[in-house]
Amino acid sequence: MSTTEVAKPSAVLPVLEDYAAIVGEPEINELRELARRLAGRRVKMVNSTAVGGGVAEILNRLVPLMEEVNVPTRWEVITGGEKFFHITKAFHNALHGAPYDGAADWFETFLATNEENRRRMRFDEDFIVIHDPQPVALIAERNSGPHRWVWRCHIDLSYPNAQVWDFLKPWVDRYDASLFSSPQFTRGLRIPQYLFFPNIDPLADKNRALDPEFVRNVLEQFHLDPTRPILTQISRFDRLKDPVGVIRAYRLVKKYEDCQLVLAGGSATDDPEGAAVLAEVEQAAADDPDIHILNLPPWSHLQINALQRGSTIVIQKSLREGFGLTVSEALWKKKPVVASAVGGIPSQVIHKLTGMLVHSVEGTAYQIRFLLANPSFARILGENGHQHVKEHFLLTQNLKRYLVLFLVLLQGD
Amino acid sequence: MLHLTGRTAFATRDKPFHGEDGPISSTMTALLEAKRADQPFQFMAASYLIRIGAEPVETLGELAKSLRSCPQASIFYHTFQSLEAHHYTSFSSDFAQWALSACSEAALAEQLAIVDLREIVSLEDLRGILADIVSDYLKEHPQAADRRAFEAFYFCEAREVTVSSGSPAWTLTELAEGIRHLGHQSLHYHFINSRLRLQLRTNDFSFWIEHSLDHPWLAARLNRIDFYNNTLDELRQGILDVLEPPESR
Repeated sequence: MSTTEVAKPSAVLPVLEDYAAIVGEPEINELRELARRLAGRRVKMVNSTAVGGGVAEILNRLVPLMEEVNVPTRWEVITGGEKFFHITKAFHNALHGAPYDGAADWFETFLATNEENRRRMRFDEDFIVIHDPQPVALIAERNSGPHRWVWRCHIDLSYPNAQVWDFLKPWVDRYDASLFSSPQFTRGLRIPQYLFFPNIDPLADKNRALDPEFVRNVLEQFHLDPTRPILTQISRFDRLKDPVGVIRAYRLVKKYEDCQLVLAGGSATDDPEGAAVLAEVEQAAADDPDIHILNLPPWSHLQINALQRGSTIVIQKSLREGFGLTVSEALWKKKPVVASAVGGIPSQVIHKLTGMLVHSVEGTAYQIRFLLANPSFARILGENGHQHVKEHFLLTQNLKRYLVLFLVLLQGD
Repeated sequence: MLHLTGRTAFATRDKPFHGEDGPISSTMTALLEAKRADQPFQFMAASYLIRIGAEPVETLGELAKSLRSCPQASIFYHTFQSLEAHHYTSFSSDFAQWALSACSEAALAEQLAIVDLREIVSLEDLRGILADIVSDYLKEHPQAADRRAFEAFYFCEAREVTVSSGSPAWTLTELAEGIRHLGHQSLHYHFINSRLRLQLRTNDFSFWIEHSLDHPWLAARLNRIDFYNNTLDELRQGILDVLEPPESR
């Protein structure tokens, strides 16, 4: 049987009532009641891309649900030339702590592009949520009207490059509130800083329940043996995800356990370094038939879902990380997770309670061996992890946070 | 909307209900069935937005100092509120979790975790207890005071938004049905947060049962449920087991 005969990509977006089976009818009722209190107030979301990336993925699902609960929400994407996005990529890396070597006119170009977008767009909604640094200077539009401006930062700002942050901070300070994915990502701003976890959609193809037969078929499709332990890391081929480190950890485990390793990532074509990293990974794997390097196209959500569900342990051995939602994806599937204590991962993996946090290649191998030797403990981690995700990292929780945020802003925090 | 099915939890009971002091008579049971409250219980849907403080602490010495000066709302958030956030963990206090996971001070974590919130009626009392625990520990273990934690502790506080939810309950049966359909945060709001909100050693359900239904023994029995060692779903079941004893179903 072909895999597509058992599970097909979802053609229709779920509606709010569909989530009741997961989070319970009371939670859905509360969402509707909170939305009713907003009495039709309108929202604008602004970011820099309509497709690709975690922000667009979240907004694609969040905006229709806000509309459904009668909170009219308009999602707009800023435009900019190649140079602007080259600059904002450099900003992004610098805010994550990388060195910054921008030209003298970059700040000016950044502001000019924001100004062009400000003139093009209208801002007459009650709440304007600006996502990430690219459109941050749209706050120049703010006047003395009743509009509330919110800056949603999806980036880990714990160790930003000072030059770039010092340039952006005066713009951020003009907002009414800021939203961060982890307390550790904040910068001690004077404006209110709120905790806003990103989320996964439990009904999306990447996370929804799958027929076990489909999972088996996918494992077979990729020549994986379901009778032996399968260790999996799902990540694009990026040095910050340390795929070569994962192979080294696997080799340490392999001395004691007859296991297999899956390194499955998205297409490398949109990342200039991706092809080089993929080559490094293939070289590190050498001719080991139990290492499966899968360079999957971006529409492989069902296959990735099946690979996670078919895995014995899911690894996320990142060196740096934003939030690392692949961890929540695995926890949602009740998988024991071994993950680095970086970025937003410790919010998801509470050591020895919802997974195992590690700090090195050797530590990764050690914890994998421990979990393989203690499957009942691994099961408990998976159950706890599922519950943790259910309470904090699902789409419905994110919707609730936005509704509560808007109500708090109306009350005046 | 609440779903009140009209289920009569006590109407079909043929075994005696066990009150706080043992079995109660069939006469008493009949009284319970018939009792309609003077005032209804209004369920609330509670939701929270977490505000992150601007000044993190990185050592236990800094924690001891900040515990004496941080907002009361932060004391509340990291103790009562964290019961909801980490209800499946062994240490449900954020301070205890941090002492253990970020500072590797297991003995201190244990002392912070065992503070019984059911005995607390004042946030200032709780602040003093927690600050004293950390200060006393650091007197005995001065080398731990300035050791940098694995990760910083951020004082947070919750902004609460409540909306009335569904039909009010006039009887124990209706109360049980409402509890069955409460969301997690709302259950936490009525059973745990209520203790400090009302400056009482009780919870919203027990308060209503005692004052509007005049069943103090049932109120006390409900109030004895251990909310530390249960998930919120287990807590909900524990409450329902008291209101609708299994032998009565």
